[in-house]
Amino acid sequence: MSTEHHDPTSSRIGAQSELGTLATLRRGLELSPELRRGLLVTVVLAVVATLGRVIIPFVVQQVTDNGILASGGPDIAFVARAIGGAAVVVALTSVAQYFVNVRLFTSAESGLATLRMTAFRHIHDLSVLTQSTERRGSLVSRVTSDVDTISMFVQFGGLMLLISTAQIMLATVLMLVYSPLLALVVYLCFVPLVFLIRRFQPMLGRAYGVVRERVGDLLGAVSESIVGAVTIRAYGVEERTAERIDKAIEEHRAAAIRAQVRSVMAFVSGQAFAGLTTAVVLVVGTVLATRGDLSLGQLLAFLFLVNLFTQPVLMATEILNEMQNAVAGWRRVIGVVDTQADVSDPGAEGVHQERGPITVDFEDVSYAYPDGPTVLEEVTLRLEPHTRVAVVGETGSGKTTLAKLLTRLMDPSGGRVLLDGVDLRDIAFASLRRRVVLVPQEGFLFDEDLAENIRFGRPEASDDDLALAVTELGLDAWVDGLPHGLATRVGQRGESLSAGERQLVAIARAYLADPDLLVLDEATSAVDPSTEVRVQRALEGLTRGRTSVAIAHRLSTAEAADLVVVVDRGRVVELGRHADLVGRGGVYSRMHASWSSQQGSDVVAP
Amino acid sequence: MSVVSAPVPRQPATRAVLRRGLRVIWGGIRVERRPFALAVVGSVLWAAATVGTAGAIGWLTDAVIEPAVGRRSVSAADLWAIFGLLALVLAVNVVGVILRRVYATVAGFNLQARYRRGVTRQYLRLPLAWHHRHPSGQLLSNAHADVEATWQVFNPLPMAIGVIFMLLIAGGMMILVDPFLAFIGLLVFPGLFAANLVFQRAMSPRITRAQELRAEVAQVAHESFEAALVVKSMGREDEEADRFRTRTLELRDSLVEVGRTRGTFEPVIEAIPTLGTLAVLGVGTWQVAQGDLDAAQVVQMAYLFSILAFPVRALGWVLAEIPRSVVGYDRVQHVLTARGGLEFGEGRARRDGGPAASRLDGVTYRHEGEEEPALHAVDLVVPAGSTTALVGPTGSGKSTLTNLALRLVDVEGGAVTLDGADVRDLGKGEIPAVATLVPQQTFLFDDTVRNNVTLGADASDESVWAALRVAQAEGFVRALPGGLDAMIGERGGMLSGGQRQRVALARAVWRRPRLLVLDDATSAVDPSVEQAILAGLREASDGMTVLVVAYRMATITLADQVVYLEHGRVLDRGTHAELVDRCRGYADLVHAYAREAAERAAVERSEEEAR
Repeated sequence: MSTEHHDPTSSRIGAQSELGTLATLRRGLELSPELRRGLLVTVVLAVVATLGRVIIPFVVQQVTDNGILASGGPDIAFVARAIGGAAVVVALTSVAQYFVNVRLFTSAESGLATLRMTAFRHIHDLSVLTQSTERRGSLVSRVTSDVDTISMFVQFGGLMLLISTAQIMLATVLMLVYSPLLALVVYLCFVPLVFLIRRFQPMLGRAYGVVRERVGDLLGAVSESIVGAVTIRAYGVEERTAERIDKAIEEHRAAAIRAQVRSVMAFVSGQAFAGLTTAVVLVVGTVLATRGDLSLGQLLAFLFLVNLFTQPVLMATEILNEMQNAVAGWRRVIGVVDTQADVSDPGAEGVHQERGPITVDFEDVSYAYPDGPTVLEEVTLRLEPHTRVAVVGETGSGKTTLAKLLTRLMDPSGGRVLLDGVDLRDIAFASLRRRVVLVPQEGFLFDEDLAENIRFGRPEASDDDLALAVTELGLDAWVDGLPHGLATRVGQRGESLSAGERQLVAIARAYLADPDLLVLDEATSAVDPSTEVRVQRALEGLTRGRTSVAIAHRLSTAEAADLVVVVDRGRVVELGRHADLVGRGGVYSRMHASWSSQQGSDVVAP
Repeated sequence: MSVVSAPVPRQPATRAVLRRGLRVIWGGIRVERRPFALAVVGSVLWAAATVGTAGAIGWLTDAVIEPAVGRRSVSAADLWAIFGLLALVLAVNVVGVILRRVYATVAGFNLQARYRRGVTRQYLRLPLAWHHRHPSGQLLSNAHADVEATWQVFNPLPMAIGVIFMLLIAGGMMILVDPFLAFIGLLVFPGLFAANLVFQRAMSPRITRAQELRAEVAQVAHESFEAALVVKSMGREDEEADRFRTRTLELRDSLVEVGRTRGTFEPVIEAIPTLGTLAVLGVGTWQVAQGDLDAAQVVQMAYLFSILAFPVRALGWVLAEIPRSVVGYDRVQHVLTARGGLEFGEGRARRDGGPAASRLDGVTYRHEGEEEPALHAVDLVVPAGSTTALVGPTGSGKSTLTNLALRLVDVEGGAVTLDGADVRDLGKGEIPAVATLVPQQTFLFDDTVRNNVTLGADASDESVWAALRVAQAEGFVRALPGGLDAMIGERGGMLSGGQRQRVALARAVWRRPRLLVLDDATSAVDPSVEQAILAGLREASDGMTVLVVAYRMATITLADQVVYLEHGRVLDRGTHAELVDRCRGYADLVHAYAREAAERAAVERSEEEAR
């Protein structure tokens, strides 16, 4: 992707955001507003369902105490009434619970879909430099499995946390009414748990964070075995690849188990405290009862309340664990969403330019990779409308950088690039991408048919436009020769086509896009000569009547150009027509000499 | 080569998902016997302690607390008895929970790891044709999301087994109290079973669709991120976002549907035991009124039911996971059971260091799903120590031929031999040990330069540098921070296309193969660099047979023999000079360049004259 190697430490995607748990939750809710939508009604319904669940044991209690055990024999009428009432409550509870479930699933999945889409879009908005700092498989995990991790928590966790809190408060009030002293005992017993949870939470957060990273590594390793299938077979390195994958699998397994064990420990300590509390309450309560401060009945009732109190506490510790898992996934998604796009679209405030002949100016343009070497220094250059420009130079001279700055894949670290007098950074992307199109060396093809791939240049193009483009570029013979013409499927990454044919598709795309300025990172791939001839003809059709800048890898392009820009070690060292430069004894004439000595052997008398 | 793999089976809704789910679970249990057994022991301890807590409190109330309250005094021993007994039950409970949850996790993740290894081993084993049929994103999803879906059920499973244990105890106790009342109460279970059956039917197709869509979302993301540069340079971010949105929203709708089904099932599962309790109370009261039962028995029965209400939900969780598990399993199984791939013989390739001879006799090959063969009865002799150039227009079958020579794919008819031995008779790893291909599409690992060259074998720095020198890669590798140990990023993303090709070439050169096959392996390097590479290769190629797909004159002139292919047939072979003389197609091809240049010059001249 980048010609010059560089240090990728900056413009890196936040491996995870640095936000704390609460800030992560807040940011997460901000990014998925659906999670909060209609929450009030859901909470009310959930309260109804919870009340229903509390009422049932109470009714059962009443039926046994006042119905079956009623003085003077079982009171059948009462029992029938109570059971009928309870059945209605059960039905209501079920219906309420059903609506709670559906509402939660709907809001959770809608919120997460929004999050996926936001993250996906943002990854495309990041600069190429930032994108290249992370494995594609790992990027994929940020819009798939990381988001999946959150779903469990947002479906139930948040709501259960609310309900648990309410239940804890209710139980506290009831306990205070029954026996303030015992209530105090309960609270004293739980104080250490609070500290313990506070200690466990960050530990868990880290452990789950590691799991998320291991998932990214795992997907990266697995994707090597898929994309590198040919190389792996040709070199017989299946075993080594398998070892690499196994390492990633094992590290993921170990990390996942480690995180789970921590979460179990956190949960179990909550349970231990709950059990101890019951024991202590029973001991203290017995003492109180023997003193006459409490009746036995009150003591047993209080035990029931302790249960009412500890249940939601346990539930809450469990949910807090699950929350750390969700937060770990959330952090990674937020990490990518909150990575600043260092090349950003001015959007609506940006300039929208008229279509038409284009003039390009480089004003003292420099470029250095973040913390890396300077690859372009103070380039000043004017490209007039309708000129065919060839940029030549050795690998690493900075010529590809020039193309990337011109198409605003990167921004200069010094100076300005102007399009018809307007700084590139002020032009709305919608306008810029319409006017300026880059044809990269390796045009990526999608696993669709040929027509869809060409249409990528202008999605709204009709079939007739498509056919016309193919004809005008002289590609009709080639297309007709394919098994299904334009409907031929090209395979993953276009692998069913040859390198040269993929170039033809890239050119046809650009033709359909119909830009004012065309930037060609000339494909160096030597393709078979007849395809090469096709490519050259198509290119000529493509550049006719436009301003074009070709990053030339072969000097025949320079020979045919109106202006040759010679770049050497980040500077423009020569400028002019081929005819003027070739005899000047500079960098260009040296390059040309070495090139033509090689070309000489091509011209063999028939 | 035969590739047998059915399309991912769509589960007919009528088939017993539950039975299949239980079979999947049983398979998992058998594999992870030990952790699973420990988890079940833990679960039984937990179940016993849960029932035991209520019992202990009841016993303490009767035997210790009530007498103490009656005496209005309590001894320290009494208090210790209360605390001690409860602490003991608690300890059993805690140990049980730890065992249950930790080992359930261990069993689940062990199974996930095992199946991931199995799935990725298949990716490495299955033929290239299989890979062409399956999008990368889907394969990623199989290895991750589907494996996870299959074994997620192991999280709630041990608890559910504990619950069953509790139910057995409680059921036994109920029958002891009163068989008729117990019968009424236990009617709950057929109820649960029926509800579950309805649920599984409704759920299976929905979950199947959801897992498919999950894979599709991953696929779109994977492809789109790989295409990031093209997307950006053509300003197609919005369209890509739309494409992703369509799939994501479909996934959302499908997950909401799953949620709706689950959301219906759960309250029902929860309500059934409660209704059972109410039924027991009603019938019990009636029986008490009839004088068939005493009140205390009914109360005890109701109590037994009430302690079961919550745990039965755990059973519901397992049941709810089963359709997902089955669907994930089917998708994983689709990969695991895919057959095909190459069978290997026992033969060994010669390793004497001398050049190898390669030969194709009457070879016919057809790409999968195509009628027209890519190669028709091709005969080709590549003598030991020679350099042979393959020339031909796009689609003439050159790459296919190189793949056949190294047995990346198998012939449909005819035979390919290496040093006279049929390549199908050679053992696994024999061909890569002596013959090397540099494919058209460079692939580098996310690793150091050194490991990309040696592919993990032990090697001296000097040998690696020497290979890099031949491939004209020494200069830029020296400039990398870390040199040989510099990490080059995913697929070598930190290097340019030309640099990647040179590293790939060094990888081949380093192995000193007896047969080197270059499939357009210098396409992305500048012509002057290519010249230097070819010169270096010529020097290094003593003891090496070279088969090269050539597009440039410089490469062709290097060859002792040129073979001209068209439409999958060898039309002619000989030296360059001979072919130019007698083979029309070849002459046209190699002179296309020259003619193009001449035409252009002529056009320019006429333009000048016109001025």
